[in-house]
Amino acid sequence: MKFTAPAGPNPIDQGKVIGHPHDRIDGRAKVTGTAAYAYERNQLAPNAAYGVMVGSTIATGKITRIDTSRAEAAPGVLGVVTYKNAGKLRKARSHAARLLAGPQVEHFDQSVALVVAETFEQARHAAKLVRVDYAPVQGRYDLAAEKANAKVPKAGQFGPSDSQTGDFESAFGRAPVTVDSTFTTPDQSHMMMEPHASIAAWHGDQLLLWTSNQMIAWAVHDTSEILGIRPEKIHVSSPFIGGGFGGKLWVRSDAILAALGARLIKRPVKVALTRAQVPNNTTHRPATIQRVRLGADPDGKLQAIAHESWSGNLNSFREERAGSQTRLLYAGANRLVTHRLADLDLPEGNAMRAPGEAVGHLSLEVAMDELAEKLNLDPVQLRVLNDVQYDPEKGPERPFSSRKLVECLQEGARRFGWSKRNPKPAQIRDGNWLIGLGVSSALRNNPTKESEARVRVDKHGKITVESDMTDIGTGSYTILAQTAAEMMGVPLHHVTVKLAESHYPVSCGSGGQFGGNSSASSVYAACVRLRQALAHKAGWDIEATTFEDGKMSCAGQSMPLAQAAGPKGLSAQDKIEFGDTQKKWAQSSFGAHFVEVGVHRVTGETRIRRLLGVFTAGRILNPKTARSQLIGAMAKGIGAALCEELVVDKRHGYFVNHDLAEYHVPVHADIPHTEVVILEEIDDKSSPMKAKGVGELGICGIGAAVANAIYNATGIRLRDYPFTPDKLLDHLPPV
Amino acid sequence: MQPFTYQRAQTPQEAAQAAQKHPHARFIAGGTNLLDLMKHQVETPPHLIDVNHIGLDKITSAGDGLRIGALVRNTDLAADVRIRRDYPVLSRALLAGASAQLRNKATTAGNLLQRTRCPYFYDTSKPCNKRKPGSGCSAIGGYERNLGILGVSDACIATHPSDMAVAMRVLDAQVETISPDGSQRTIPIADLHRLPGHTPHLETNLKPGELITHVTLPKPVGGRQTYIKVRDRASYAFAAVSMAAVQLPDGRFQFAFGGLAPKPWRVEGAQNAEQILAGARTTPQNAFKKTLASRLITSALQGVKLP
Ligand SMILES: Cc1cc2nc3c(=O)[nH]c(=O)nc-3n(C[C@H](O)[C@H](O)[C@H](O)COP(=O)(O)OP(=O)(O)OC[C@H]3O[C@@H](n4cnc5c(N)ncnc54)[C@H](O)[C@@H]3O)c2cc1C
Ligand code: SF4
Repeated sequence: MKFTAPAGPNPIDQGKVIGHPHDRIDGRAKVTGTAAYAYERNQLAPNAAYGVMVGSTIATGKITRIDTSRAEAAPGVLGVVTYKNAGKLRKARSHAARLLAGPQVEHFDQSVALVVAETFEQARHAAKLVRVDYAPVQGRYDLAAEKANAKVPKAGQFGPSDSQTGDFESAFGRAPVTVDSTFTTPDQSHMMMEPHASIAAWHGDQLLLWTSNQMIAWAVHDTSEILGIRPEKIHVSSPFIGGGFGGKLWVRSDAILAALGARLIKRPVKVALTRAQVPNNTTHRPATIQRVRLGADPDGKLQAIAHESWSGNLNSFREERAGSQTRLLYAGANRLVTHRLADLDLPEGNAMRAPGEAVGHLSLEVAMDELAEKLNLDPVQLRVLNDVQYDPEKGPERPFSSRKLVECLQEGARRFGWSKRNPKPAQIRDGNWLIGLGVSSALRNNPTKESEARVRVDKHGKITVESDMTDIGTGSYTILAQTAAEMMGVPLHHVTVKLAESHYPVSCGSGGQFGGNSSASSVYAACVRLRQALAHKAGWDIEATTFEDGKMSCAGQSMPLAQAAGPKGLSAQDKIEFGDTQKKWAQSSFGAHFVEVGVHRVTGETRIRRLLGVFTAGRILNPKTARSQLIGAMAKGIGAALCEELVVDKRHGYFVNHDLAEYHVPVHADIPHTEVVILEEIDDKSSPMKAKGVGELGICGIGAAVANAIYNATGIRLRDYPFTPDKLLDHLPPV
Repeated sequence: MQPFTYQRAQTPQEAAQAAQKHPHARFIAGGTNLLDLMKHQVETPPHLIDVNHIGLDKITSAGDGLRIGALVRNTDLAADVRIRRDYPVLSRALLAGASAQLRNKATTAGNLLQRTRCPYFYDTSKPCNKRKPGSGCSAIGGYERNLGILGVSDACIATHPSDMAVAMRVLDAQVETISPDGSQRTIPIADLHRLPGHTPHLETNLKPGELITHVTLPKPVGGRQTYIKVRDRASYAFAAVSMAAVQLPDGRFQFAFGGLAPKPWRVEGAQNAEQILAGARTTPQNAFKKTLASRLITSALQGVKLP
């Protein structure tokens, strides 16, 4: 199905199943421990041996000698993979570095060996016996120091790195009210609950890979590229995933090493990274330095907006697009957004939940707060004043498909009691706590991506959906079942959804918050085909045929789906394609965050007291799973504001705090009751589902709202994330 | 993890003797620290002596004070009515530590003897004087933010991470031990831990094979007792700085601190921040600890109710 024009009325509009807060259909299996995650799929490979990865202890340099003899002689050891016996391996184009080092080492904890043994304990013990000698060389590990050497990155999948509208510099120079602020955000780790894990088995020249991966087709492609085997020979399966947040968009060392280990010992091998290996062996969200300049008229209209961002990466791999939201969020005739990329020899930086926007809001939305204060305007009012219903770079020819930012801000302000906020900082106290309120807008783009699905109806009238789409804890199983149930007119429990096998039709996968909308649209498209096939088989006019209560009906006749399907059943497959809809319409989901913080006047600790997010994201396919996505993302955004930071040891080139005791994600005590309100919206230009992405929206902006609330509470303007107590202490009044 | 042998001791005596028989053996109690260290091969004991069944899991009265068995779990200690009533600072310190799951396992002796959380100590790819004497200190000049400012040396700036020990220090607890030869002794908690000097690998004054059997608390001092723990998130994080403060009925204060030093830090008789923080050695990353400790002391002296 080619989706090129706004969707007209369609069966999804009925809202009999879609739009209802159904529990996740995989929820029971997950909470009862019966959902088999990658490392636990023992029944598929009962004789799997255990592999333990050995990572490089230097960041940059060369392996001069690798001695595996002691490891090989250790009890239970079946083999050791290193670059010496791994055969020819290529670097996948989607990776910054190779997944097995040797002789060159590109980053700390890059895999140098896999030790395979009968038991996990034997493998772990022998892993410590692998002796590797290195010739280290000094690398570049300090973004601030390399900033001056940063270059214009090569245009990648997101288009040119810079954009310019009007004449920013002169407009900024003329503007009567200006803000010029520089912010830093640190490296962050995905720290999904399930570390990367895989079991690999070879059947002749066929590779079976049971893994934990967000993008099945990419996994096949990249594995093929790395190992030099044809994609048809690779089967990837990943039905349950314990979180990904972007960290599992690409195959990582667990999968490739498991495949190499299994090939070496001619037996299935399972590999899970340890928690401590996740930050340095895999990918992370890169640190940024961001300068935001805003120039406005005295009445608050923005005249000049600039957002310049610097990030670093291994082998000039890719930049963090911190300026993304700034291209779209506010009106203003003169604009400049640039991204510069420095070479750093830290582990690969790559996508993490809302790449670009998640960190970009942290500066833009604080700068807006600064501007509001200078203008003596309410920060909500300033944002409302600068709303724009079209892409401000392209002009009215590219309107937003839907945009209710103002509604989110106003509804949020009303519910939160924003009008009671004292605009003068450091005025409200509750015992030892200085109290402040902060607001931020939220924008996350709504990419749509080609996706395919197959739908079958069997002789009992039961529906099966098949697609290589993944469910990374987001609710894909449930919303796809709801989509099929709505389209085919059957109850939800008559639908079985089978996902994440590479022999199923290729979907969009899970990432960039395109997964729900795009994959549901593919199920919609396949169901349209199946409805046509059923009508055709019955000799009925599809235009006049309806599907309801397990039956199809047309012109007074009616037939159970079971009968219509016939003894062999019927199936249909289709792909949704989005043509140039992204070009024609700017597409984003929107929201507004409201936060109340307390800052301890003695200790400088910041604690969240209240928080509210008001969002719009087109049609909400399932309010329960959508809310879960939003509150999860908001919690992560609070982490970015208050505690999450991968600390770089700039001498040795690695992230020092590589475990969950020292990399501080928020815990329950950090997150009070989170109020989420989703405003009604139907976006007919986004997809036939009329939905937009919701999975990454919640993380955008909330950290800035926290920063603004801290300012309101204390009068202290912080610009270097995260805001741990030490950053406030010197600025707080004496006790 | 290195292969090791394991034995389950039935009495304190047996445990201590076993330790003498197996040089480099370790006692294992809750295992919440030791097992992690073994997995990282920071510790590689060839033999483990399980002390969970030696019968030291009771809290009993001892004169005007209390005698706490070495195996009493942190959860049970924190919840004990006598502790909550007469030594509230200890109960609060315990509850500020780790998580409920860890406290259910963690023991009184194990908590006192837990090792530093310096990230380089855990990372065997990096030099560390505490782990490998003479190899150098990776923390100095590296990530030092949560490391110590008092009692530290050029060889090591690690801190002792316990919350419980800080409260015990302010309460003048005593540690009872038994040695392999059957002899018993009592060590004031002030003398249990050593400062690093040139030998940061020697952390306590316990002799090889010496087993902690009890911790005793003297007669309750009464007064106002508080425990404040400042940290980067609201729970489940080690202290940046923690303070156990007791204002005695006569108005004088007793303070002890966590997060600042290689042992629970107390300057006997000190009544102000200057005296307590004298000799502090800070780096740009951890200088905030001095400010923070000083603010905590000042607010306690002013009678500010924290938190
Ligand atoms: C993620 C995490 C967070 C934590 N957060 C905190 C925190 O915020 N605050 C805090 O205070 N602690 C914290 N802890 C540490 C925790 O309190 C300690 O691990 C625990 O108290 C150790 O007790 P255990 O019985 O498990 O000791 P074990 O691990 O069994 O032993 C520790 C050491 O004590 C020795 N030992 C044990 N018993 C005896 C004995 N009777 N005589 C002589 N030697 C003995 C062992 O040989 C070993 O060397 C945390 C731990 C973890 C893992
Ligand atoms: S501070 Fe102490 S524990 Fe940390 S690296 Fe230095 S010597 Fe080792």
